[in-house]
Amino acid sequence: MATAQGASLDRKKLMADPIMVSTIVVLVVFLTLFIIYPLVILLVDSFISDNGFTFDIIKGVLAKPAFRTAISNTLIIGAVTGVLSTLIGLLFAYVEVYVKLRTKFLAGLFKVVSILPVVSPPFVLSLSMILLFGRSGIISKTLLGIQDSNIYGMRSIIIIQTMTFFPVCYMMLKGLLKNIDPSLEEAARDMGASRWKVFTSVTWPLMLPGIGNAFLVTVMESIADFANPMMIGGNVDTLATSIYLQITGNYDKQGAAAMAVVLLSITFIMFFVQKYILEAKATATLSGKASRQRMLITDRSVRVPLVVLCSAVAIFVIAMYICVPYGSVITTWGRNYTLTTKWYEKVFNLYRGAQAFTDSFIMALIAAPLTALLSMIISYLVVKKKFALKGYIELSSMLAMAVPGTVLGVGFIRGYANGLFHTGALQFIYGTTAILIIVFIVRSLPTGTRSGISALRQIDKSIEESAYDMGANSFEVFMTVTLPLIKDSFLSGLVTAFVRSITAISAVILVVTPATLLITVQINEYANRGEYAVACAFSTILILITYAAVLGMNIFIKYFGTSKAQEED
Amino acid sequence: MAKEKKGVKIDHVSKIYQDPKTGKDFYAVHDANIDIAPGEFVCLLGPSGCGKTTILRMIAGFESPDEGEIYLGGEPINDLTPNKRDTAMVFQSYALLPHYNIYDNVAYGLKLRKMDEKTIKEKVTRILGLVGLEGMENRMTNQLSGGQQQRVALARALVIEPGVLLFDEPLSNLDAKLRVDMRNEIRRIQQEAGITAVYVTHDQSEAMAISDQIIIMKKGIVDQIGTPHEIYYQPKDEFVADFIGESNFLHGTMKSIDGGSGVASIEGFDVPIAAVSELEPGDDCTLVLRPESALLADKGVLPCKVSLSRFMGHYQNYQVMVGGTLVKITDFNPKNHKIYEVGDEAFVDFKPADVHVLHGEGGFTVENI
Repeated sequence: MATAQGASLDRKKLMADPIMVSTIVVLVVFLTLFIIYPLVILLVDSFISDNGFTFDIIKGVLAKPAFRTAISNTLIIGAVTGVLSTLIGLLFAYVEVYVKLRTKFLAGLFKVVSILPVVSPPFVLSLSMILLFGRSGIISKTLLGIQDSNIYGMRSIIIIQTMTFFPVCYMMLKGLLKNIDPSLEEAARDMGASRWKVFTSVTWPLMLPGIGNAFLVTVMESIADFANPMMIGGNVDTLATSIYLQITGNYDKQGAAAMAVVLLSITFIMFFVQKYILEAKATATLSGKASRQRMLITDRSVRVPLVVLCSAVAIFVIAMYICVPYGSVITTWGRNYTLTTKWYEKVFNLYRGAQAFTDSFIMALIAAPLTALLSMIISYLVVKKKFALKGYIELSSMLAMAVPGTVLGVGFIRGYANGLFHTGALQFIYGTTAILIIVFIVRSLPTGTRSGISALRQIDKSIEESAYDMGANSFEVFMTVTLPLIKDSFLSGLVTAFVRSITAISAVILVVTPATLLITVQINEYANRGEYAVACAFSTILILITYAAVLGMNIFIKYFGTSKAQEED
Repeated sequence: MAKEKKGVKIDHVSKIYQDPKTGKDFYAVHDANIDIAPGEFVCLLGPSGCGKTTILRMIAGFESPDEGEIYLGGEPINDLTPNKRDTAMVFQSYALLPHYNIYDNVAYGLKLRKMDEKTIKEKVTRILGLVGLEGMENRMTNQLSGGQQQRVALARALVIEPGVLLFDEPLSNLDAKLRVDMRNEIRRIQQEAGITAVYVTHDQSEAMAISDQIIIMKKGIVDQIGTPHEIYYQPKDEFVADFIGESNFLHGTMKSIDGGSGVASIEGFDVPIAAVSELEPGDDCTLVLRPESALLADKGVLPCKVSLSRFMGHYQNYQVMVGGTLVKITDFNPKNHKIYEVGDEAFVDFKPADVHVLHGEGGFTVENI
């Protein structure tokens, strides 16, 4: 077979495009250094001792009872959170897609619930849990009069994580339900099935792979979650917090590396099951678009209980979010509810708040455009181009999604504190702002790449080919055709990267040095010290920043977005 | 208008693809040899999956040939990327840039060539006049009808004055009537611009209407190259005869040959043939008879029994049995003579010059890899 000529011609054509070649080289180097290498060094740490290959290090870690408890804690929390989040998410999705809602109020409520977890820092709910149910909580002490309420522990982690992650399930399942062709269910109804029978025999089986998908995604998020167990776990340790404490408390970096490998193997297995088995099935069963509008359920007996249930959950979640800004403006939580600005004064005058906000803000501001551009370039190459290293680029950027922040943090410490493979090469970047920005980029890259890929798949291949055919080189095609066409997606990638960076904690908390102040790290610190009002004040400002960013993006898209530009003129 | 008309030579070109299901390699195009003269309008015609679009995309540079070489204007172009080739393509989906207006779409290629504003404006204005879109420069592409988008795509390709213009089923998204108008328009513009054109289609009437030469493709192989007239009246095999128009195939043997003409035996009856080449008496043969070339009559060449007779308005549609062979006959003016009913005994009548002889069973085998 003479495929060699075609392949070599393809290669020659690629090489004739220097911008493209250098882009690929830069990408490969970046991904290798900052995603693959930190993971490799963890493996090296865990399996290579002075006497060569060994299982002793891993065995040693696994023999520790505390670590075993951490593993089982993590898995239990993950499983329960996964089930609860999926169920509540399903309830919300079902009500939105299937039930006729009488008022705009409820639709608004749903929208708020879906957007809150995107714009809020990860530990806001833990904070408000403490404020509501803690020792001096409004509900526990003021309302119920419980004096020594102890909310720290596994139950709280599960509740908080469920509230944090169910909106993600809701958004995933909503998309899925909308794609179910209503005539399938009508056919079952027509043949005499009750609504419940229709749900159990048609809707549920069709959704099953998608539900499994949502479940696993949540479990992965829960297992990787660092901030909430840290703040509200009390003496219950999860894998993520154990690893953190192993480094900051025991100064045992090699042990932490071995623990990180254990955590990583768990998330990797889930990632591959989710990505290659469930995701494919979820889309395969529901490939068709709904052929027409669905007849919405108007039965009072179905509508009222579902709507009441959803509203209760939604209002509770929103109330919890409101607690935090409220906690930042009152004198003493639990006793004196007069308004005050003293916490904000304290933040800025005593606790170097201004520096923390400037540092976090500027770093996120640098990381965001780089992430957005990088992820668009990766998506462009993955979707539109053929070249040898494409598989490597796609896999490594997707792999980053399965890597918990804590693991990445340990990887960076082990990988760069003493230079590449402990040789001293590249050591100079350790402890700099640059490495923090790189951590931000790596953490947001998979989400950006994912949305970039789906945006690009919707562009007809021949539009770019036509530009190429007219004489544009790859760079010109990307700048004049591709980028303008995915402007909206690029912008939302930019803002997502910004929000994710400024609210990030799990990886950076390990890499950050005292010279740099990060808001999230500050919040964590003051909450641990028990200065909740200060933590609230920090959090409130952070929420305002992220909310402003999202709002700004929506306004920009509304007035300058692609779809708008095409409608006018 | 074109700087220089360029010919295209496709020299022993093959393209191998992998079947995504079985993972086995197969030839999407196998050993194609095509010579297109400068200024010629050539159609690549064939059923879907025959490799015609692959050939077009190899000329444009989007695919690389696995074997052989492609020449444009005598120069080998295998190594060149699409943006370096002197070709311009009109895409099936038009592929207009949705964020640009008509003017910017057409000017896109000229801007890439760093021409000055004034020249660009002149050229765009002239070409929009040629395709009948003058005064619409500022419209966005989504405000245009399918036909108008088609014209923009054509203008955009023409304006850069390519050596060869490539069309990838450009009319398949238009409705039937517009399709006929547009194909005449494309032919007119190509003649006016005096440009070489390669046109891919699966619509035989489109190919017949606009081509100087038609290339019939089947399963990756170039089956026959000829003028529309040659393709229709002297098909190389049953596939071509069946693909272009309708045909009856009468299988039999050669009985006698006398100089250029001869007699074949079909279902035991003698059929005189005007032109016989390279056949010996006793050879298997297949006669190709177009339904409109035959008539049903009380006297004629082959006796038959009518099995279907249907009035279609401007013609009468017959199916008759000659022994065990079904023969279709289209009679365009049956009122002038007799209309036969089902069950009638009659004769199929045609002139010796109206049958075309194929060798053997007329079959066609594809080399498998």
